[in-house]
Amino acid sequence: MKKSQREILDSSRQITRRVVLLAGVQVAVVTTLALKLRSMQLDHAEEYRMLADGNSIKIRLLPPSRGLILDRNGLIIAGNEQNYRVTLTREEAGGDVEGVLRRLSQLIPMSEERIAELLEEFSRRSAITPIVLADRLTWEQFSAIAVNAPALPGVTPESALSRAYPRAGDFAHVMGYVGPVSDYDLSRIEDPDPVLRLPDFQLGKIGVEGRLEEVLRGKAGARRVEVNSTGREMRQLSRQEGEQGATVQLSLDTALQNYAAQRMGKESAAAVVMDCQSGELISICSSPSFDPNKFVRGISSPEYRALMDHDHRPLADKTVQGVYPPGSTFKMVTLMAGLEAGVIDAGSRFFCPGYTELGGRRFHCWRRGGHGTVDAVKSLEESCDVYYYELAQRVGIDRIAIMARKLGLGVRHDLPMSAVADGIAPDREWKMSRYGQSWQIGDSLNASIGQGYVLASPLQLAVMTARIASGREVKPQLIRSIDGVRQAVAEYPPLDISEASLRVARLGMDAVMNGGRGTARSSRITREDWRMAGKTGTSQVRNITAAERARGVISNDQLPWERRDHALFVCYAPFDAPRYAVSVVVEHGGGGSAVAAPVARDILLFALNNGLPPQDAVPADQRAALEERHEAMQLFTPEAARPGRSRA
Amino acid sequence: MSYLDYQVAQVPTGFRKILHINWPLVILVAAVCCIGFLMLYSVAGGRMDTWAEPQMYRFAVGMVIMLGLAFVPMWFWRGISVAAYVVCFLMLIAVDLFGTIGMGAQRWIDLGPIRLQPSELMKIALVLLLAAYYDWLPLHRVSRPIWVMIPVLLIVAPTALVLIQPDLGTSIMLIAGGGIVMFAAGVSLWYFGIVIGMGVGLIAAVMKSRGTDWQLLKDYQFRRIDTFLDPSADPLGAGYNIIQSQIALGSGGWSGRGFMQGSQSRLNFLPEKHTDFIFTVLSEEFGFIGAFSLLMLYMLIVGFCLHSALTNRDRFASLITIGISGTFFLYFAINMATVMGLLPAKGSPLPLVSYGGTSLMILMLGFGLVQAAHVHRPR
Repeated sequence: MKKSQREILDSSRQITRRVVLLAGVQVAVVTTLALKLRSMQLDHAEEYRMLADGNSIKIRLLPPSRGLILDRNGLIIAGNEQNYRVTLTREEAGGDVEGVLRRLSQLIPMSEERIAELLEEFSRRSAITPIVLADRLTWEQFSAIAVNAPALPGVTPESALSRAYPRAGDFAHVMGYVGPVSDYDLSRIEDPDPVLRLPDFQLGKIGVEGRLEEVLRGKAGARRVEVNSTGREMRQLSRQEGEQGATVQLSLDTALQNYAAQRMGKESAAAVVMDCQSGELISICSSPSFDPNKFVRGISSPEYRALMDHDHRPLADKTVQGVYPPGSTFKMVTLMAGLEAGVIDAGSRFFCPGYTELGGRRFHCWRRGGHGTVDAVKSLEESCDVYYYELAQRVGIDRIAIMARKLGLGVRHDLPMSAVADGIAPDREWKMSRYGQSWQIGDSLNASIGQGYVLASPLQLAVMTARIASGREVKPQLIRSIDGVRQAVAEYPPLDISEASLRVARLGMDAVMNGGRGTARSSRITREDWRMAGKTGTSQVRNITAAERARGVISNDQLPWERRDHALFVCYAPFDAPRYAVSVVVEHGGGGSAVAAPVARDILLFALNNGLPPQDAVPADQRAALEERHEAMQLFTPEAARPGRSRA
Repeated sequence: MSYLDYQVAQVPTGFRKILHINWPLVILVAAVCCIGFLMLYSVAGGRMDTWAEPQMYRFAVGMVIMLGLAFVPMWFWRGISVAAYVVCFLMLIAVDLFGTIGMGAQRWIDLGPIRLQPSELMKIALVLLLAAYYDWLPLHRVSRPIWVMIPVLLIVAPTALVLIQPDLGTSIMLIAGGGIVMFAAGVSLWYFGIVIGMGVGLIAAVMKSRGTDWQLLKDYQFRRIDTFLDPSADPLGAGYNIIQSQIALGSGGWSGRGFMQGSQSRLNFLPEKHTDFIFTVLSEEFGFIGAFSLLMLYMLIVGFCLHSALTNRDRFASLITIGISGTFFLYFAINMATVMGLLPAKGSPLPLVSYGGTSLMILMLGFGLVQAAHVHRPR
């Protein structure tokens, strides 16, 4: 194909036009490059030269200040406080480190051992490394040192932020604590933030602090400093502040949490208060507790050993990690399983002679003499075991397990806390895979009254209670908002349980408190608008041997502490319009009605009243005791805490 | 315009062609390469045998190839353009299927003694084919959508293959190289406007998507972008190379620290200093004068190529020259912009200077084509 002369000309012209454009763009690019080159090599050459010469400009990271954790009313649960400390650099001490230390010891308390220890450390470390002489000084001590600076060469007073938990032990288990970053921590994090490698940076270890670490951490700032040839800072060139971590607001209530902790006192116990409608946890408290501030500052090893060796296990979070046989608090599950399966109705009766005989074994009711004829409501009211032995044989374990899971037992609840336990809602398949044994009918009988293989955490018991009370599939919630953004709370769907069955269980729980023969009648709330429903539980931690039985049942008081029964109690109120569900477990406390129920009732009253339980809400004969208990407590007052918004 | 259309008598034949070679271009290329030897000698700490000597051998071979190719008439190149493209395309597929893994990506094909990087060859083959296409296509059809789609497909197909290797840098070079030929051929500017607009829109969408649930890139990819935008945010991690490179470059000052005196380069602060970061060594040791001179040499090379293209009435030859010089331009502009911190770190060599056989060979091959176009231009 031959091209005409015209075409060649057109093509040439076209190409010329485009080449001019292209060349223009290229010249522009090259000009940009040349200008950048000029700016770097001519205008900023000195700065770069300095950087190149012995790296005299360094970038130092500024640790971000950690996000605050607030309670539902905006009170600080975990904050940051100024930590005043003094450091000494040997090079600047003028060769008389010991003299400086002695002079300093007149201003702040320093023992002879501490001075010797420090001198030893100074001899080991480089002359330009600042060493911390003392930290957590009071403002008075800090200013005294600052004023006397001329007499203390090399001593630098510094202030830094450190994590502080103003409520000390009250929230220790929920909150967890922060601690220095370990190699193990680093190895678990993919692509760790460089700020984690700062020597005194602290990282959330467990609990909310651990689980929400990334949200709370914030972003590091940086400053560029000029250093001399020995690496000492000469001046700061620029500073870019970091971003504080997000503020996390929890659903917990400081006053209630404090009351729950004090009400449980020295017992090894756990209490959970949950909003029946929203699922928000208002209080989740494990007793005894520990002071997380000690972990932040570095706990001494005897103190740590004391916590580890304590038989009441203060370090364990019994509310979510602890699992217990739920005992009779499980009876609502068995009852509703029977009602839903249609094997009984509310009017069905069984006769309780005090025991059930099965395969040559006697399964005893807690009342040796028996309850006589028992229907559904009465079975809960008087907590008749035989009723459930009979029922279990008719329903079968699998349907009981399904009902338990519907109510949140044997199911992991997703909370930002450490080691949330699954509990166990046993069935045939579970026993086969766990023990390789087939399910025995005796196992069903034990499970029907919450013994045997059944295990539940106080959290799960609270969820169960809230679900029975509200009839909805309530899920526990702990986080209200992050940086002011309200966490979405879903509308909970109704439970897959008929209203009729729920009604029977609720009436039974009401009878426990308010019925004439209710097992927890003495712990009832006497104000009608706060009418309370509940269920006691006493779970054995040992087998009662035949020999023991022959000798007569030994009362708990005569047993060593660790072999006594666990006391459990679940409840909610008001009966007609449920607001709060409470579960209380007192480890080795004895009977549920005597030990756990009064604790749960008082905590529930505090939640309902949003303050100390009023006198008129408890039976008249207990009012004096209530008053006495309150006087013995050192209660938290919000007014004292409010101005404490410590920030960077 | 085919070979037969030439006024044959006026096109030089035989060894007379040697007189018509674009000698200034040859000298400029050789000069840049000599700067390269000098720098390679310097970064090796005053040793010839580490990098400088092998590079010299390659340069010698490349020179022979370049001058040899200058003798090959244009009808031959037009004739093999389709075949070259198809062969390179098949090799790209082969690399994706069987290629050995080098530097974290499949790029090489191993043919016993030689290791080929088909994606590099593709850069030349693509320019060749597009030039032939636009030579064949009547002028009035150049901007018709259907006739625009064909070259776009020819560009996109190999780009996609390179992208899955994965080699983002070369993919961008392929698109840009092809785009330059299309641009020079006179495709309506609207198309370029639309493509650039879409590119900007895509980038905006990617950045907007961050933190939402339809996030388009992985978190680490966003972090890489962050590092580019602000290397000091991660001074010891991904930002390290760029920061050290900038320190080296800036500390050169007006006249540099002297040959073999660059402290950044000597003290191994710089990574890959014999390849991707060689420009910083030059800038540190010879300062603004040295760096700017190299930049000017590069511009002269591009200028001579464009001049040759403008004076060439053979459309095919002209487009080849523009395409190859444009690709060459992108090479050095991207490398320099990267080490100065104007573009994200990507890993691209400085043409004719960086140590590396494939890159040098492909460039010499390209300049051979430019010379052939120059020698055989219709008179």
